[in-house]
Amino acid sequence: MYAQMVKSEGMKSAEEMTPEERAFQNRIDRNEKIEPKEWMPEGYRKTLIRQIGQHAHSEIVGQLPEGNWITRAPTLERKAILLAKVQDEAGHGLYLYSAAETLGVSRDELMEKLHSGAMKYSSIFNYPTLTWADMGAVGWLVDGAAIMNQVPLQRTSYGPYSRAMIRICKEESFHQRQGYAIMMKMAQGTPEQKEMAQDALNRFWYPALMMFGPSDKDSVHSAQSMAWKIKMNTNDELRQKFVDETVPQAEYLGLTVPDETLRWNEERGHYDFAEPDWNEFFEVIKGNGPCNRERLEARRTAWEEGRWFREGLMAYAEKSAARRKAAPHAAE
Amino acid sequence: MPSLPDMTTPDVVALAERAAASQPHDPHLEDVDLRPAFFDWLCRMGDNTLILGHRISEWCGHGPVLEEDIALANTALDLIGHTQMWLGLAAEVEGEGRTADDLAFLRDAMRFRNLQLLELPNRDMAVTLMREFLFDAWHFEMLTALCGSQSPRVAEIAAKALKEVSYHLERSSDLIVRLGDGSEESHRRMQDALDRLWPYLGEMFVEDAVDKAVAEAGIAPRPADLRGAWEQTVNEVLEEATLASPDTRMDVHQGGKQGRHTEHLGYILAEMQFLQRAYPGASW
Ligand SMILES: [Fe+2]
Ligand SMILES: [Fe+2]
Ligand SMILES: [Fe+2]
Repeated sequence: MYAQMVKSEGMKSAEEMTPEERAFQNRIDRNEKIEPKEWMPEGYRKTLIRQIGQHAHSEIVGQLPEGNWITRAPTLERKAILLAKVQDEAGHGLYLYSAAETLGVSRDELMEKLHSGAMKYSSIFNYPTLTWADMGAVGWLVDGAAIMNQVPLQRTSYGPYSRAMIRICKEESFHQRQGYAIMMKMAQGTPEQKEMAQDALNRFWYPALMMFGPSDKDSVHSAQSMAWKIKMNTNDELRQKFVDETVPQAEYLGLTVPDETLRWNEERGHYDFAEPDWNEFFEVIKGNGPCNRERLEARRTAWEEGRWFREGLMAYAEKSAARRKAAPHAAE
Repeated sequence: MPSLPDMTTPDVVALAERAAASQPHDPHLEDVDLRPAFFDWLCRMGDNTLILGHRISEWCGHGPVLEEDIALANTALDLIGHTQMWLGLAAEVEGEGRTADDLAFLRDAMRFRNLQLLELPNRDMAVTLMREFLFDAWHFEMLTALCGSQSPRVAEIAAKALKEVSYHLERSSDLIVRLGDGSEESHRRMQDALDRLWPYLGEMFVEDAVDKAVAEAGIAPRPADLRGAWEQTVNEVLEEATLASPDTRMDVHQGGKQGRHTEHLGYILAEMQFLQRAYPGASW
């Protein structure tokens, strides 16, 4: 899940709503899609900008931990697959910034907010990728967790967001499969490869669980977002679903989930599992994760060092517009 | 973008063998006298795309604008795809049981056959794009000529690669024009990049015994024959970009095609080959 702890508004009861707000809520309850030009409560718009923006930032910061291994990929085929995946993530960023633009915020504004630290990206991308097995773990667990959240978001109430999710979900399942394929090779490989695979699972398990955000009892922003169908499931529901699907996959790989309390609960029909260390989560959100500084620095540097490039293209566009004006028929 | 292999297919090797069996018959593959030159020449093609693909892939996630991140990753992906085809054929011609991966990951620098131009560091986007453009213009002419190769296997690869390289050239030419004729700073950076790369360009057109042998076998054009069309493309684009071709020598630095490289290639290989070297025989 690439949007964590997105600040929403206090939930209004039907009596507190204006007639416009009530009509709006009725449309959402009837599963109608809200389109850019239509009336929407200011809180809905703001919450969506925060959520879509955070999601977009996660896609582009998310290029970094995997980009870290492209030049070291062990075969030409793995290199091609990883390149294709990272390229997809940049594409996801593009769809999402475009969806946010329909709400009246430009990509540059959102970028500035990312660079100043005013907007966040998913905590998961502040963890390092240390071995090749991490390319497996990231695809399997991180893209896997993202899918849990993004599949229901295909039905979200805001039209452009919903359509972006539909495009994105098609590619995410390929991302998860390629990650799992890497894990499979490693888990069935040499003792060193198997050790790397287990180590990657050990390091990424709890950070992956954190991707769904804090426990429902501590999640203050959920109710309004769920009423608006910006958020489709609670954090705990999605986390449980993720654990239930992932544990058998780990078993199939012959790897051990690093949780001694993990067991199937016959009565609930779900796995019981240990919560991640929420102190660690809040520290990472605050900027104290292993890679926060480096990730943000990499993005800022790319932006700063790319300034001349963007300005050069703009200067050319202005010049050629002026030339067209001076000689309107010359180019035809 | 080349389509990715279907990962649910259990036996990729069997699939590859079936594909190889359905290849058109190519007598050049059985010509024992031609073999060393043919192998070397195929390595040149594959090493060019591998090393340039590596350099471009270093930009992943660090581009100046999101559209550029996507385009650079896509270009690198295309080039790695071409590498798989050229080095795959090289391994087949060699007939020693090596694979494209063996050639990419287990040869040392003196066995690499890429142009020196392609291993130079990226520095900024100006050098990266100028290098790509100067190579694309050559690559386009080379592949166009190879589409008429008397080796059906070479012609087949060239035809596949040409589609993508036509697009690479279109994109890089467009950016050279816009940045050259852009702001003062973008103009200066593009001119500096051109001046820096200029002394490496001559290597593309120098002929040695390998080039001569494959040309005489009707496999590839003579390097010098590509020069006229390359110059025309480059001059047109540079002129529109308001950039000046230096009047200095183009053939100062060469030797990559014979395995004599700059200091930079060793570091590329140290990084690229790390896993295969650290865990010999492992499968990934
Ligand atoms: Fe994504
Ligand atoms: Fe993904
Ligand atoms: Fe492509």
